[in-house]
Amino acid sequence: MRFLHLIWGNLTRKKLRTALTLLTVLVAFVLFGFLSAIKQALVGGVELAGADRLIVRHKVSIIQLLPVAYQARMERIPGVAAAAHQTWFGGIYQDPRNFFMQCPVVPDQFMAMFPEFRLPSAQMQAWLATRTGAIVGRKTAERFHWKVGDRIPIMSPIWMRRTWEFDLVGIFDGRDKGTDTTGMFFRYDYFDEVRKTQNWGQGLVGWYTIRVKDPAQAADTARRVDEEFANSPAETKTEPEGAFVQAWANQVGNIALIVAGILGAVFFTILLVTGSTMSQAVRERIGELGVLKAIGFTNGQILGLVLAESCLLTVLGGGLGLGLAWLIIARGDPTGGLLPMFFLPGRDLLLGLGLSLALGLVTGILPARQATRLRVADALRRL
Amino acid sequence: MSENTAGQSALVRVEGVEKVFHRGAEEIHVLSQLNLEVPAGQFLALMGPSGSGKSTLLNLIGGLDRPTQGTVNVGGDRLDTLSDRALAAWRARHVGFVFQLYNLIPVLTAERNVELPLLLTPLSPAERRKHVATALAVVGLSHRAKHYPRTLSGGEQQRVGIARGIVTDPTLLLCDEPTGDLDRKAGDEVLNLLQALNREQGKTIIMVTHDPHASARAARTVYLNKGRLTNEPET
Repeated sequence: MRFLHLIWGNLTRKKLRTALTLLTVLVAFVLFGFLSAIKQALVGGVELAGADRLIVRHKVSIIQLLPVAYQARMERIPGVAAAAHQTWFGGIYQDPRNFFMQCPVVPDQFMAMFPEFRLPSAQMQAWLATRTGAIVGRKTAERFHWKVGDRIPIMSPIWMRRTWEFDLVGIFDGRDKGTDTTGMFFRYDYFDEVRKTQNWGQGLVGWYTIRVKDPAQAADTARRVDEEFANSPAETKTEPEGAFVQAWANQVGNIALIVAGILGAVFFTILLVTGSTMSQAVRERIGELGVLKAIGFTNGQILGLVLAESCLLTVLGGGLGLGLAWLIIARGDPTGGLLPMFFLPGRDLLLGLGLSLALGLVTGILPARQATRLRVADALRRL
Repeated sequence: MSENTAGQSALVRVEGVEKVFHRGAEEIHVLSQLNLEVPAGQFLALMGPSGSGKSTLLNLIGGLDRPTQGTVNVGGDRLDTLSDRALAAWRARHVGFVFQLYNLIPVLTAERNVELPLLLTPLSPAERRKHVATALAVVGLSHRAKHYPRTLSGGEQQRVGIARGIVTDPTLLLCDEPTGDLDRKAGDEVLNLLQALNREQGKTIIMVTHDPHASARAARTVYLNKGRLTNEPET
């Protein structure tokens, strides 16, 4: 701390150059924050997936439906504690850009399967008592300014190409910060009843989520489920919920690799920019470094001063960049619903700060070594 | 040729020193078999033409460089045998430097410049402030403490440089052409100050200079020519 004024003075000596370098680092870390939030939105579900939950879907593809009658058979398979189904509704509220997920479910089974959704018990009772009742996550309710009691028209291009009307009876919250609260869920019996009148798709569901009794035996349980429905018209593929979410995200591409690639290119550029700034800064004051050595500063102290200066520059730029990214990201999903879990995780904030420190050390080490190698007498001659 | 002073204990003792620089394959002998003793409390002027090795000798006595051969002993410490780290610590404790071009750090105020050597000591901020105030008072610049070097005249900057040199109360003050960049009036002020530090505070001062007017203020003058010391200027 006793050298802080010296470090700060050196950093602010060429204000324009420092400001431009700081801005470059800042922009890089805003990008880092954004890409981290996008990665979180696309693959964050993998981390939040229940270790004791499996997804059962049609062996051919998720868009092939499964009989609702499979549920009772699944629940009889050893190792299965419970099963609940969902079906992709694909509805549109007012405008196709207003994307959010809707699924018909059996309310009590669904809420028992997904305890991360928190719904007040009075609203749960209202849902059980209202055949056209629906619940919606907090994010979507706030997005469309919906409140309990509203009647929500949803047009489904998949199911009968008609507008379905739902009575909003509850708004649920997430147990964790990363819990997706953009979905809307309505009663399967209402959904199936309408399908029955149109004689289309009745008794079919999209996929099942099953809870296993022992997560350690999940692989065996998955195998038993698939064996149960082998050689049937609707064979199944059962996999852990995390793998299912990952496969879903992988449709976009290998998110982690894409993010790492972009950030790698950005940080390599920053490395060159900041490294050049620091080298120039040291070259310009070789004489002053000679004076410091003359009055007794050791090579270690000179090394520390130069490294501290480069680290202060990158940590300041990185910290401001991450802060700005956090502020922008806090405004919510910029895509209008495609990235429901769009937020900057605290883990990535810490990683960003660590990266900014590492960047400072890497960019400062060469000029710092150059400074320590100076012979005092030579340095003083260059004043 | 040796330059010895009898009857007084030597603070600085340079014996058989040679300094050779290499420029490619060429060897440049800057100092040859040089001996010098400077008693504690003496104000010595070191004169000689450009390239005679004055600054090189000053660097050896100040522990900024090492001799190719011979010994440099200051206050009982053999500087030629100390490691870089030990030499840096020795400089911080025992020697103050005053340079021709002042060499102040432009981004620091006068008081922060003077404080620099104290940052290497375990003194508290309050103690450092006290020492800095004393040093600035000695050079008569208390009222300019908050000023940056660019707002000070050359003479004032050199006085700040002297304050930085004496703030740790070193045994030895080494001045390399301290008036070389100043006009006569400012130069006289600096020389008055150095004389006062020598007479009133007993500082041992070795001053490299080209200027006979400056060397006249010293108690003793030695001449360096072609790497050798004499008591008389070479004609």
